Amino acid sequence: MQDSLKSSSYQQLEQKSKYTNMFLRWFLYFILILFASYFIFPLYVMVVTSLKTMEEIRQGTLLSWPSGLNIESWAVAWGGRGYGAGDTFLRPYFWNSIKMVVPAVFFSTFIGAMTGYVLTKWRFKGDQWVFLFLLFGCFIPFQAILLPMARTLGVLGISNSVIGLVLVHTVYGIPFTTLFFRNYYISVPIELVKAARIDGAGFFKIFFKILLPISAPIIVVTVIWQFTQIWNDFLFGSTFSFGEAAPIQVALNNMVLSSTSVKEYNVDMASAIIAGIPTLIVYVLAGKYFIRGLTSGAVKG
Amino acid sequence: MKTLKIEELSKNFGSTEVLKKINLEIDEGNFLVLLGPSGCGKSTLLNIIAGLETINEGDVFIDDYNVSKVEPKDRNIAMVFQSYALYPSMNVRENMIFGLKQAKTSKEKIQEQLEKVSKFLQVDQLLERKPSQLSGGQRQRVAIGRALVREPRIFLFDEPLSNLDAKLRVEMRREIKKLHQQLKTTVVYVTHDQTEAMSLGTNIAIMNHGVIQQNDTPEKIYNKPSNTFVADFIGSPSMNLIKGVLKENSGDLLFTVSGSNLEIPIKDYDFKDKSNLNNKEVFFGIRPEHIFFKKFNESDFEINLRADLSEYIGHEQIMTFDYANQEVLAKFPSTIKIDLGKDTKLYFDLTQASLFDAQTEERI
Repeated sequence: MQDSLKSSSYQQLEQKSKYTNMFLRWFLYFILILFASYFIFPLYVMVVTSLKTMEEIRQGTLLSWPSGLNIESWAVAWGGRGYGAGDTFLRPYFWNSIKMVVPAVFFSTFIGAMTGYVLTKWRFKGDQWVFLFLLFGCFIPFQAILLPMARTLGVLGISNSVIGLVLVHTVYGIPFTTLFFRNYYISVPIELVKAARIDGAGFFKIFFKILLPISAPIIVVTVIWQFTQIWNDFLFGSTFSFGEAAPIQVALNNMVLSSTSVKEYNVDMASAIIAGIPTLIVYVLAGKYFIRGLTSGAVKG
Repeated sequence: MKTLKIEELSKNFGSTEVLKKINLEIDEGNFLVLLGPSGCGKSTLLNIIAGLETINEGDVFIDDYNVSKVEPKDRNIAMVFQSYALYPSMNVRENMIFGLKQAKTSKEKIQEQLEKVSKFLQVDQLLERKPSQLSGGQRQRVAIGRALVREPRIFLFDEPLSNLDAKLRVEMRREIKKLHQQLKTTVVYVTHDQTEAMSLGTNIAIMNHGVIQQNDTPEKIYNKPSNTFVADFIGSPSMNLIKGVLKENSGDLLFTVSGSNLEIPIKDYDFKDKSNLNNKEVFFGIRPEHIFFKKFNESDFEINLRADLSEYIGHEQIMTFDYANQEVLAKFPSTIKIDLGKDTKLYFDLTQASLFDAQTEERI
């Protein structure tokens, strides 16, 4: 008698907790969807606006669906309308940015890896001071170094060129990349280096054969960081370059702000998306490798 | 010719002296264990032998050749590390032949060495695996294999068993012992585990605060410790050190503790210096395993002590007795029943006793 009473009350409790859980779960989904849409909303507006004609933009609302896949504004943003002077479009500047970002990311990552390697595995007297001063580079506001840097580029004869921008971005990337690699390599046991030295490997061999092959996760992190920083940079680009040597962010600014006639929102939106696509691609591609690198990473022998 | 000789070696990190005037010699084929508590400088000494640390003063000789300024790779040594230090990105084969490849050894020779060593260590089935896919014992084997293929003059081991669990540690210890018996290569082995040191070494150098306290055979270290540090460090539980005074009484020497009537006659003790023994303050040292519950030898000295504590540990029990307000530990089979709080008849094997100067803490 008592047993059956007990079991029925347990059933009630079970039922109740089931309902509570269900409610909480749906509440959670609701909140998540709310936040997700809050973040996705601007992208939605950009994409639909870029696919509308100017007519539709003037008559419809911000949220209204485009009448069709009208990709003309994308073509204009990328390749221009084909008049001679005064026609700004992204294609040449996009390639400028690529030419700037690839070597700058490569050199800053490589030098950061080397520096991190030396600061952790070939300790020398005063190395912590070197590291400290390098860290200052992470905190200096870049506006403060614009003038000296402009002078330096002038003396080197590479102002207003892609090479000049590569140099600037490499130099100011090194503090961050060094920080990343140093913090990664500090967890790699020093015995690895000792063992390699006994095996007869030298400074560079240990770096390339032992440390670099296990650095995939931190290389990916650094590349994502550097790529985003350099690709999205506007300050250095607008200060140290103009006209044909400008990177895409500067060109985007010129395009959007300097239109002489009517504001072409659809072309502006398409341009903005084009300027943002490479960083998105890097996140999507490298993000996957990043997680893979983290899970398979067995740094400790 | 000494395989390894260290002369007047000193090392400091900044203002901290890590090693002070170390002198050490090893004959061909010997197994030297550097034993000491952490921070005693034993690993630094090993790193210096390997050439991974610089020297402040003194010299290191391998086969009578001064290698103090020679690169690690040219010293003809190989080292096994506590963390194994296998290269994570390389498989077992690549790990083992990395050193030979650096030394530009011919392909045939590399292959021959690899086959020989991997068969010998039973890792020939694992050659294609990455270190992360190996168990602790297998990693240790590969690390030893990587050292073996180089056919070095001296093997250096830096606490190679500390990362293994207790059972595997005993197994690997036996394997290292076997390995040494078969290869007869000179070994320098660093550990803080006295059982490892005792069972493996042909010689043990006990270190503390950067100084070698005693460098001897395991038997001598155990039976005739040269100072109270060594006496205390070796053995578990460690040697009882009873503080008291030596008294000369009509030609006989007695050990007494002030304020008690307990006296131990000192006969046939091998003193280093027989002068000025009267009224000398000393530690009387006797190991727990040399105190018996019944008379085994004719010379055993009978004494009555109060039993205070019993610790049962399976095959034996550790009893604590009161000796004039000083604790004396003894090790008995766990089948013996001893009543606590009562005086118990004990027998000290005085042939195994040690005496230390209470001031200098050196053996007298």
